[in-house]
Amino acid sequence: MAAPPHGGRLVNRVARGARAERLAGEANDVPTIELSEVQAYDVANIAHGVYSPLEGFLTENDYVSVLKEGRLSNDLPWTIPVVLDVEQPLARELLGSDVALSLNGVRFAIMNIEDAYVWDKKEMAAKVFGTADPSHPGVQLVMSSKGQVLVGGKVEQFVELPEPFERYRLWPKETRVLFEQLGWRTIAAFQTRNAPHMGHEYIMKSALSFVDGLLINPLVGWKKPGDFRDEAIVTAYEALLNNYFPRQSYVFSVLRMPMRYAGPREAVHHAIVRKNFGATHMIVGRDHAGVEGFYGPYDAWKEFEKYPDLGITPLFLREAFYCSKCGGIVNEKICPHDESYRVRISGTEIRKALLRGEVPPPTMMRPEVARVLLSMRDKLFV
Amino acid sequence: MEGVERERRNRYTTVSIPVPLYERIKSLIAGTGFTSVSQFVTYVLRDIVSEMEKQKVQDAVSEEERKEIVEKLRRLGYL
Repeated sequence: MAAPPHGGRLVNRVARGARAERLAGEANDVPTIELSEVQAYDVANIAHGVYSPLEGFLTENDYVSVLKEGRLSNDLPWTIPVVLDVEQPLARELLGSDVALSLNGVRFAIMNIEDAYVWDKKEMAAKVFGTADPSHPGVQLVMSSKGQVLVGGKVEQFVELPEPFERYRLWPKETRVLFEQLGWRTIAAFQTRNAPHMGHEYIMKSALSFVDGLLINPLVGWKKPGDFRDEAIVTAYEALLNNYFPRQSYVFSVLRMPMRYAGPREAVHHAIVRKNFGATHMIVGRDHAGVEGFYGPYDAWKEFEKYPDLGITPLFLREAFYCSKCGGIVNEKICPHDESYRVRISGTEIRKALLRGEVPPPTMMRPEVARVLLSMRDKLFV
Repeated sequence: MEGVERERRNRYTTVSIPVPLYERIKSLIAGTGFTSVSQFVTYVLRDIVSEMEKQKVQDAVSEEERKEIVEKLRRLGYL
Protein backbone atom coordinates (compact mmCIF):
# COMPACT_ATOMS: atom_id res chain seq x y z
CA MET A 1 0.00 0.00 0.00
CA ALA A 2 1.31 3.44 -0.97
CA ALA A 3 2.42 5.73 1.85
CA PRO A 4 -0.36 7.99 3.13
CA PRO A 5 0.01 11.61 2.00
CA HIS A 6 1.92 13.91 4.30
CA GLY A 7 -0.59 15.26 6.81
CA GLY A 8 -3.13 12.54 6.01
CA ARG A 9 -4.89 14.10 3.02
CA LEU A 10 -3.73 14.64 -0.53
CA VAL A 11 -4.33 18.30 -1.32
CA ASN A 12 -6.33 19.03 -4.45
CA ARG A 13 -6.57 22.70 -5.36
CA VAL A 14 -7.20 22.17 -9.05
CA ALA A 15 -10.50 23.53 -10.35
CA ARG A 16 -12.21 21.68 -13.18
CA GLY A 17 -15.25 22.23 -15.41
CA ALA A 18 -17.65 24.98 -14.42
CA ARG A 19 -15.59 26.01 -11.40
CA ALA A 20 -12.48 26.44 -13.54
CA GLU A 21 -14.47 28.61 -15.95
CA ARG A 22 -15.83 30.73 -13.10
CA LEU A 23 -12.35 31.24 -11.61
CA ALA A 24 -10.95 32.14 -15.03
CA GLY A 25 -13.66 34.81 -15.28
CA GLU A 26 -12.94 36.12 -11.79
CA ALA A 27 -9.23 36.26 -12.55
CA ASN A 28 -9.96 38.90 -15.19
CA ASP A 29 -11.47 41.20 -12.56
CA VAL A 30 -8.74 41.13 -9.90
CA PRO A 31 -5.12 42.35 -9.83
CA THR A 32 -2.57 40.03 -11.39
CA ILE A 33 0.84 38.99 -10.10
CA GLU A 34 3.19 37.78 -12.82
CA LEU A 35 5.24 34.86 -11.48
CA SER A 36 8.61 33.48 -12.37
CA GLU A 37 8.71 29.96 -13.75
CA VAL A 38 9.92 28.59 -10.41
CA GLN A 39 7.06 30.28 -8.53
CA ALA A 40 4.45 29.24 -11.09
CA TYR A 41 5.39 25.57 -10.90
CA ASP A 42 5.36 25.83 -7.11
CA VAL A 43 1.70 26.83 -7.49
CA ALA A 44 1.06 23.79 -9.69
CA ASN A 45 2.82 21.53 -7.19
CA ILE A 46 0.75 22.91 -4.34
CA ALA A 47 -2.49 22.57 -6.32
CA HIS A 48 -1.78 18.96 -7.33
CA GLY A 49 -0.81 17.81 -3.85
CA VAL A 50 2.93 17.43 -4.47
CA TYR A 51 3.48 19.69 -1.45
CA SER A 52 0.62 18.28 0.69
CA PRO A 53 -0.39 19.45 3.27
CA LEU A 54 0.36 22.93 1.89
CA GLU A 55 -2.66 24.54 0.26
CA GLY A 56 -0.85 27.73 -0.58
CA PHE A 57 2.30 29.74 -0.04
CA LEU A 58 3.46 29.82 3.58
CA THR A 59 1.96 32.32 5.98
CA GLU A 60 4.26 33.90 8.56
CA ASN A 61 3.58 31.41 11.39
CA ASP A 62 4.48 28.50 9.17
CA TYR A 63 7.43 30.31 7.62
CA VAL A 64 8.99 31.10 11.01
CA SER A 65 8.34 27.58 12.23
CA VAL A 66 9.88 26.00 9.11
CA LEU A 67 13.01 28.11 9.46
CA LYS A 68 13.43 27.52 13.20
CA GLU A 69 12.15 23.99 13.67
CA GLY A 70 12.07 22.37 10.24
CA ARG A 71 8.35 21.88 10.88
CA LEU A 72 5.09 23.61 10.02
CA SER A 73 3.31 25.38 12.88
CA ASN A 74 1.12 22.26 13.31
CA ASP A 75 4.32 20.25 14.03
CA LEU A 76 4.41 18.36 10.72
CA PRO A 77 7.93 17.98 9.30
CA TRP A 78 8.59 20.55 6.57
CA THR A 79 12.08 21.78 5.78
CA ILE A 80 12.02 24.02 2.70
CA PRO A 81 9.94 27.24 2.74
CA VAL A 82 7.63 27.48 -0.24
CA VAL A 83 7.15 31.23 -0.47
CA LEU A 84 6.07 34.00 -2.79
CA ASP A 85 7.85 37.36 -2.68
CA VAL A 86 6.31 40.59 -3.94
CA GLU A 87 7.10 44.30 -3.82
CA GLN A 88 6.11 45.95 -0.52
CA PRO A 89 3.56 48.50 -1.83
CA LEU A 90 1.82 45.75 -3.78
CA ALA A 91 1.59 43.49 -0.70
CA ARG A 92 0.01 46.26 1.37
CA GLU A 93 -2.54 46.92 -1.34
CA LEU A 94 -3.47 43.27 -1.85
CA LEU A 95 -3.68 41.99 1.72
CA GLY A 96 -7.02 40.28 2.33
CA SER A 97 -8.01 40.10 -1.32
CA ASP A 98 -7.87 37.67 -4.22
CA VAL A 99 -5.27 38.01 -6.96
CA ALA A 100 -4.74 36.22 -10.22
CA LEU A 101 -1.41 34.50 -10.77
CA SER A 102 0.03 34.47 -14.25
CA LEU A 103 2.97 32.98 -16.12
CA ASN A 104 4.12 34.67 -19.32
CA GLY A 105 0.95 36.75 -19.24
CA VAL A 106 -1.41 33.77 -18.97
CA ARG A 107 -3.56 33.75 -15.83
CA PHE A 108 -3.69 30.24 -14.43
CA ALA A 109 -4.53 30.42 -10.72
CA ILE A 110 -6.20 32.48 -8.03
CA MET A 111 -4.62 33.23 -4.67
CA ASN A 112 -6.18 34.70 -1.57
CA ILE A 113 -3.60 36.90 0.14
CA GLU A 114 -4.10 35.98 3.81
CA ASP A 115 -0.82 37.28 5.11
CA ALA A 116 2.02 39.59 4.14
CA TYR A 117 5.28 39.80 6.08
CA VAL A 118 8.79 41.09 5.71
CA TRP A 119 11.50 38.50 5.23
CA ASP A 120 15.20 38.51 5.80
CA LYS A 121 16.72 36.74 2.81
CA LYS A 122 20.06 36.23 4.51
CA GLU A 123 18.39 34.67 7.55
CA MET A 124 16.41 32.36 5.33
CA ALA A 125 19.54 31.34 3.43
CA ALA A 126 21.47 30.71 6.63
CA LYS A 127 18.70 28.53 8.10
CA VAL A 128 17.79 26.59 4.98
CA PHE A 129 21.18 26.20 3.33
CA GLY A 130 23.32 26.41 6.45
CA THR A 131 25.20 29.25 4.76
CA ALA A 132 24.64 32.69 3.29
CA ASP A 133 27.69 32.31 1.03
CA PRO A 134 26.76 33.98 -2.25
CA SER A 135 28.64 31.34 -4.23
CA HIS A 136 26.04 28.72 -3.16
CA PRO A 137 23.58 28.38 -6.09
CA GLY A 138 20.54 28.02 -3.82
CA VAL A 139 21.56 31.11 -1.87
CA GLN A 140 21.96 32.96 -5.16
CA LEU A 141 18.43 32.00 -6.14
CA VAL A 142 17.05 33.34 -2.85
CA MET A 143 19.12 36.53 -2.92
CA SER A 144 17.99 37.26 -6.48
CA SER A 145 14.35 37.44 -5.30
CA LYS A 146 13.18 40.99 -5.84
CA GLY A 147 10.27 41.28 -3.41
CA GLN A 148 10.84 42.62 0.10
CA VAL A 149 7.66 41.00 1.38
CA LEU A 150 6.35 37.44 1.36
CA VAL A 151 2.67 36.81 0.83
CA GLY A 152 0.95 33.69 2.08
CA GLY A 153 -2.42 32.17 1.33
CA LYS A 154 -4.30 29.41 -0.47
CA VAL A 155 -4.11 28.97 -4.21
CA GLU A 156 -6.47 27.37 -6.68
CA GLN A 157 -5.33 26.51 -10.18
CA PHE A 158 -7.74 26.62 -13.12
CA VAL A 159 -5.39 26.21 -16.11
CA GLU A 160 -2.68 23.54 -16.41
CA LEU A 161 0.82 24.84 -16.98
CA PRO A 162 2.71 23.57 -20.02
CA GLU A 163 5.00 20.58 -19.59
CA PRO A 164 7.48 19.77 -22.38
CA PHE A 165 7.66 16.20 -21.06
CA GLU A 166 3.89 15.75 -20.84
CA ARG A 167 4.27 12.08 -21.62
CA TYR A 168 6.17 11.68 -18.36
CA ARG A 169 4.19 14.05 -16.13
CA LEU A 170 2.34 12.22 -13.40
CA TRP A 171 0.75 13.87 -10.37
CA PRO A 172 0.55 12.23 -6.94
CA LYS A 173 -3.04 11.05 -7.31
CA GLU A 174 -2.03 9.39 -10.58
CA THR A 175 1.04 7.60 -9.22
CA ARG A 176 -1.04 6.42 -6.28
CA VAL A 177 -3.60 4.83 -8.58
CA LEU A 178 -0.78 3.45 -10.71
CA PHE A 179 0.94 1.76 -7.75
CA GLU A 180 -2.38 0.30 -6.68
CA GLN A 181 -3.00 -1.06 -10.19
CA LEU A 182 0.50 -2.53 -10.33
CA GLY A 183 -0.05 -4.18 -6.95
CA TRP A 184 3.00 -2.49 -5.44
CA ARG A 185 2.98 -2.22 -1.66
CA THR A 186 6.54 -0.95 -1.25
CA ILE A 187 7.93 1.72 -3.54
CA ALA A 188 11.42 3.24 -3.38
CA ALA A 189 11.73 6.72 -4.84
CA PHE A 190 14.87 7.84 -6.59
CA GLN A 191 15.49 11.57 -6.85
CA THR A 192 17.94 12.77 -9.45
CA ARG A 193 19.12 15.85 -11.31
CA ASN A 194 21.70 14.02 -13.43
CA ALA A 195 22.04 11.79 -16.43
CA PRO A 196 22.44 8.29 -14.97
CA HIS A 197 25.84 6.72 -14.46
CA MET A 198 26.76 3.28 -13.13
CA GLY A 199 26.60 4.45 -9.52
CA HIS A 200 23.01 5.61 -9.92
CA GLU A 201 22.05 2.33 -11.57
CA TYR A 202 23.69 0.41 -8.73
CA ILE A 203 21.84 2.20 -5.94
CA MET A 204 18.51 2.01 -7.76
CA LYS A 205 18.92 -1.72 -8.30
CA SER A 206 20.11 -2.22 -4.72
CA ALA A 207 16.87 -0.64 -3.52
CA LEU A 208 14.82 -2.55 -6.07
CA SER A 209 16.13 -5.81 -4.67
CA PHE A 210 13.88 -5.49 -1.66
CA VAL A 211 10.93 -3.32 -2.71
CA ASP A 212 8.15 -3.99 -5.20
CA GLY A 213 9.00 -1.15 -7.54
CA LEU A 214 10.96 2.03 -8.18
CA LEU A 215 9.67 5.54 -8.73
CA ILE A 216 12.41 7.20 -10.77
CA ASN A 217 11.60 10.86 -10.51
CA PRO A 218 14.13 13.31 -11.96
CA LEU A 219 13.74 16.99 -11.31
CA VAL A 220 13.22 19.13 -14.37
CA GLY A 221 13.23 22.91 -14.32
CA TRP A 222 15.62 25.41 -12.78
CA LYS A 223 19.14 24.15 -12.17
CA LYS A 224 22.54 25.74 -11.81
CA PRO A 225 24.82 26.34 -14.80
CA GLY A 226 26.86 23.25 -15.63
CA ASP A 227 24.12 20.77 -14.67
CA PHE A 228 22.64 18.46 -17.30
CA ARG A 229 19.75 19.95 -19.26
CA ASP A 230 16.34 18.37 -18.84
CA GLU A 231 16.30 16.87 -22.34
CA ALA A 232 19.64 15.18 -21.70
CA ILE A 233 18.44 13.69 -18.41
CA VAL A 234 15.20 12.32 -19.83
CA THR A 235 16.81 10.92 -22.98
CA ALA A 236 19.63 9.30 -21.01
CA TYR A 237 17.14 7.64 -18.67
CA GLU A 238 15.16 6.29 -21.59
CA ALA A 239 18.36 4.67 -22.89
CA LEU A 240 19.23 3.19 -19.51
CA LEU A 241 15.76 1.92 -18.65
CA ASN A 242 15.06 0.43 -22.07
CA ASN A 243 18.28 -1.55 -21.98
CA TYR A 244 18.91 -2.45 -18.35
CA PHE A 245 15.73 -2.46 -16.25
CA PRO A 246 12.81 -4.93 -16.32
CA ARG A 247 9.82 -2.98 -17.67
CA GLN A 248 7.54 -3.88 -14.78
CA SER A 249 10.03 -2.82 -12.12
CA TYR A 250 9.88 0.96 -12.39
CA VAL A 251 7.76 4.02 -13.01
CA PHE A 252 9.59 6.88 -14.67
CA SER A 253 8.07 10.34 -14.36
CA VAL A 254 9.41 13.86 -14.17
CA LEU A 255 8.82 16.43 -11.46
CA ARG A 256 9.06 20.11 -12.34
CA MET A 257 10.51 21.47 -9.15
CA PRO A 258 13.60 23.64 -8.71
CA MET A 259 16.76 22.06 -7.41
CA ARG A 260 17.78 24.16 -4.40
CA TYR A 261 21.03 22.39 -3.44
CA ALA A 262 20.06 22.71 0.24
CA GLY A 263 21.72 19.42 1.19
CA PRO A 264 20.27 17.89 4.38
CA ARG A 265 17.10 19.97 4.52
CA GLU A 266 16.39 19.36 0.87
CA ALA A 267 16.93 15.63 1.27
CA VAL A 268 14.07 15.58 3.79
CA HIS A 269 11.98 17.76 1.47
CA HIS A 270 12.60 15.33 -1.39
CA ALA A 271 11.41 12.50 0.84
CA ILE A 272 8.21 14.32 1.86
CA VAL A 273 7.39 15.11 -1.75
CA ARG A 274 7.93 11.48 -2.83
CA LYS A 275 5.80 10.31 0.10
CA ASN A 276 3.01 12.38 -1.44
CA PHE A 277 3.52 10.48 -4.68
CA GLY A 278 2.98 7.30 -2.64
CA ALA A 279 6.57 6.16 -2.14
CA THR A 280 7.18 4.17 1.04
CA HIS A 281 10.98 4.45 0.84
CA MET A 282 13.35 7.19 -0.27
CA ILE A 283 16.82 6.50 -1.60
CA VAL A 284 19.29 8.87 0.02
CA GLY A 285 22.78 8.62 -1.36
CA ARG A 286 26.06 10.35 -0.76
CA ASP A 287 25.84 14.16 -0.53
CA HIS A 288 22.15 14.14 -1.40
CA ALA A 289 21.12 17.53 -2.83
CA GLY A 290 24.55 18.88 -1.93
CA VAL A 291 26.79 21.11 -3.95
CA GLU A 292 30.51 21.81 -4.21
CA GLY A 293 31.63 20.85 -0.73
CA PHE A 294 29.03 22.84 1.23
CA TYR A 295 27.86 19.74 3.11
CA GLY A 296 29.53 16.64 4.48
CA PRO A 297 29.04 13.53 2.31
CA TYR A 298 26.57 11.95 4.73
CA ASP A 299 25.09 15.02 6.48
CA ALA A 300 21.74 14.32 4.85
CA TRP A 301 21.55 10.94 6.57
CA LYS A 302 21.89 12.61 9.98
CA GLU A 303 19.12 15.08 9.18
CA PHE A 304 16.60 12.23 8.99
CA GLU A 305 17.27 11.43 12.67
CA LYS A 306 15.31 14.57 13.58
CA TYR A 307 12.15 13.24 11.99
CA PRO A 308 10.79 10.00 13.48
CA ASP A 309 7.38 11.09 12.18
CA LEU A 310 8.34 11.53 8.53
CA GLY A 311 6.21 8.61 7.35
CA ILE A 312 8.63 7.48 4.65
CA THR A 313 11.62 5.24 5.28
CA PRO A 314 14.99 6.54 4.09
CA LEU A 315 17.25 4.01 2.40
CA PHE A 316 20.78 5.13 3.05
CA LEU A 317 23.01 3.92 0.25
CA ARG A 318 26.73 4.52 0.16
CA GLU A 319 28.76 5.84 -2.72
CA ALA A 320 29.25 3.22 -5.42
CA PHE A 321 32.46 2.57 -7.32
CA TYR A 322 33.93 -0.02 -9.65
CA CYS A 323 36.31 -2.55 -8.10
CA SER A 324 38.50 -4.42 -10.57
CA LYS A 325 39.12 -7.21 -8.06
CA CYS A 326 35.39 -7.69 -7.30
CA GLY A 327 34.71 -7.25 -10.99
CA GLY A 328 31.73 -4.97 -10.62
CA ILE A 329 30.11 -1.95 -9.04
CA VAL A 330 30.22 -2.16 -5.24
CA ASN A 331 30.41 0.09 -2.21
CA GLU A 332 32.85 0.33 0.67
CA LYS A 333 30.66 -1.78 2.92
CA ILE A 334 30.82 -4.81 0.68
CA CYS A 335 34.23 -4.46 -0.98
CA PRO A 336 37.33 -5.48 1.02
CA HIS A 337 39.86 -4.26 -1.55
CA ASP A 338 42.05 -1.22 -1.33
CA GLU A 339 42.01 1.96 -3.35
CA SER A 340 44.37 0.59 -6.02
CA TYR A 341 41.53 -1.66 -7.29
CA ARG A 342 38.87 1.02 -7.15
CA VAL A 343 37.69 3.30 -9.93
CA ARG A 344 35.65 6.21 -8.59
CA ILE A 345 32.61 7.15 -10.63
CA SER A 346 33.25 10.82 -11.17
CA GLY A 347 30.53 13.08 -12.55
CA THR A 348 33.22 15.60 -13.42
CA GLU A 349 35.20 13.02 -15.43
CA ILE A 350 32.06 11.91 -17.22
CA ARG A 351 31.22 15.50 -18.18
CA LYS A 352 34.75 16.15 -19.41
CA ALA A 353 34.71 13.00 -21.56
CA LEU A 354 31.34 13.92 -23.05
CA LEU A 355 32.53 17.44 -23.83
CA ARG A 356 35.55 15.99 -25.61
CA GLY A 357 33.17 13.87 -27.65
CA GLU A 358 34.35 10.65 -26.03
CA VAL A 359 32.39 7.76 -24.54
CA PRO A 360 33.20 7.63 -20.79
CA PRO A 361 34.65 4.31 -19.53
CA PRO A 362 32.03 1.52 -19.20
CA THR A 363 32.90 1.34 -15.50
CA MET A 364 31.32 4.79 -15.18
CA MET A 365 28.54 4.96 -17.73
CA ARG A 366 26.59 2.53 -19.92
CA PRO A 367 27.65 2.98 -23.56
CA GLU A 368 24.00 3.24 -24.67
CA VAL A 369 23.56 6.18 -22.28
CA ALA A 370 26.82 7.78 -23.32
CA ARG A 371 25.93 7.51 -27.01
CA VAL A 372 22.60 9.32 -26.69
CA LEU A 373 24.29 12.02 -24.63
CA LEU A 374 27.02 12.44 -27.23
CA SER A 375 24.37 12.77 -29.93
CA MET A 376 23.15 15.93 -28.14
CA ARG A 377 26.62 17.15 -27.23
CA ASP A 378 25.96 20.84 -27.93
CA LYS A 379 22.86 20.86 -25.74
CA LEU A 380 24.01 18.76 -22.80
CA PHE A 381 24.43 21.35 -20.07
CA VAL A 382 22.58 24.33 -18.63
CA MET B 1 14.94 37.62 27.49
CA GLU B 2 11.25 38.31 28.12
CA GLY B 3 10.57 37.85 24.41
CA VAL B 4 12.38 34.52 24.36
CA GLU B 5 10.39 33.32 27.39
CA ARG B 6 7.12 34.44 25.81
CA GLU B 7 7.99 32.60 22.60
CA ARG B 8 8.83 29.49 24.57
CA ARG B 9 5.48 29.63 26.36
CA ASN B 10 3.73 29.94 23.01
CA ARG B 11 5.54 26.95 21.54
CA TYR B 12 5.70 24.53 24.47
CA THR B 13 3.35 23.21 27.11
CA THR B 14 3.74 20.99 30.17
CA VAL B 15 2.67 17.35 30.36
CA SER B 16 2.95 15.44 33.62
CA ILE B 17 4.64 12.07 33.78
CA PRO B 18 5.44 10.01 36.90
CA VAL B 19 8.70 11.00 38.54
CA PRO B 20 10.12 7.43 38.47
CA LEU B 21 9.48 7.29 34.73
CA TYR B 22 11.18 10.65 34.32
CA GLU B 23 14.20 9.29 36.21
CA ARG B 24 14.28 6.11 34.12
CA ILE B 25 14.27 8.13 30.91
CA LYS B 26 16.92 10.46 32.28
CA SER B 27 19.29 7.60 32.94
CA LEU B 28 18.35 5.89 29.65
CA ILE B 29 19.29 8.89 27.51
CA ALA B 30 22.58 9.63 29.26
CA GLY B 31 25.32 9.53 26.65
CA THR B 32 22.90 9.42 23.72
CA GLY B 33 22.17 12.29 21.33
CA PHE B 34 19.16 13.34 23.43
CA THR B 35 19.97 16.35 25.58
CA SER B 36 16.84 16.33 27.78
CA VAL B 37 13.92 14.15 28.84
CA SER B 38 11.59 16.57 27.05
CA GLN B 39 13.49 16.11 23.82
CA PHE B 40 13.29 12.32 24.14
CA VAL B 41 9.59 12.32 25.00
CA THR B 42 8.84 14.65 22.07
CA TYR B 43 10.74 12.33 19.73
CA VAL B 44 8.92 9.21 20.92
CA LEU B 45 5.51 10.87 20.85
CA ARG B 46 6.03 12.17 17.32
CA ASP B 47 6.88 8.65 16.23
CA ILE B 48 3.78 7.15 17.86
CA VAL B 49 1.39 9.93 16.88
CA SER B 50 2.41 9.77 13.20
CA GLU B 51 1.75 6.02 13.20
CA MET B 52 -1.70 6.56 14.72
CA GLU B 53 -2.50 9.32 12.23
CA LYS B 54 -1.97 6.88 9.37
CA GLN B 55 -5.29 5.29 10.33
CA LYS B 56 -7.12 8.51 9.53
CA VAL B 57 -6.05 8.90 5.93
CA GLN B 58 -8.69 10.17 3.51
CA ASP B 59 -8.93 8.85 -0.05
CA ALA B 60 -8.81 11.83 -2.41
CA VAL B 61 -9.85 10.02 -5.60
CA SER B 62 -13.47 9.24 -6.51
CA GLU B 63 -14.36 6.10 -8.48
CA GLU B 64 -15.06 8.15 -11.59
CA GLU B 65 -11.72 9.92 -11.31
CA ARG B 66 -9.94 6.62 -10.73
CA LYS B 67 -11.34 5.32 -14.03
CA GLU B 68 -10.12 8.44 -15.85
CA ILE B 69 -6.67 8.08 -14.32
CA VAL B 70 -6.44 4.39 -15.24
CA GLU B 71 -7.42 5.30 -18.81
CA LYS B 72 -4.72 7.99 -18.95
CA LEU B 73 -2.11 5.61 -17.50
CA ARG B 74 -3.00 3.03 -20.18
CA ARG B 75 -2.76 5.66 -22.90
CA LEU B 76 0.69 6.69 -21.70
CA GLY B 77 1.86 3.08 -21.54
CA TYR B 78 2.24 2.86 -17.78
CA LEU B 79 -0.34 0.07 -17.62
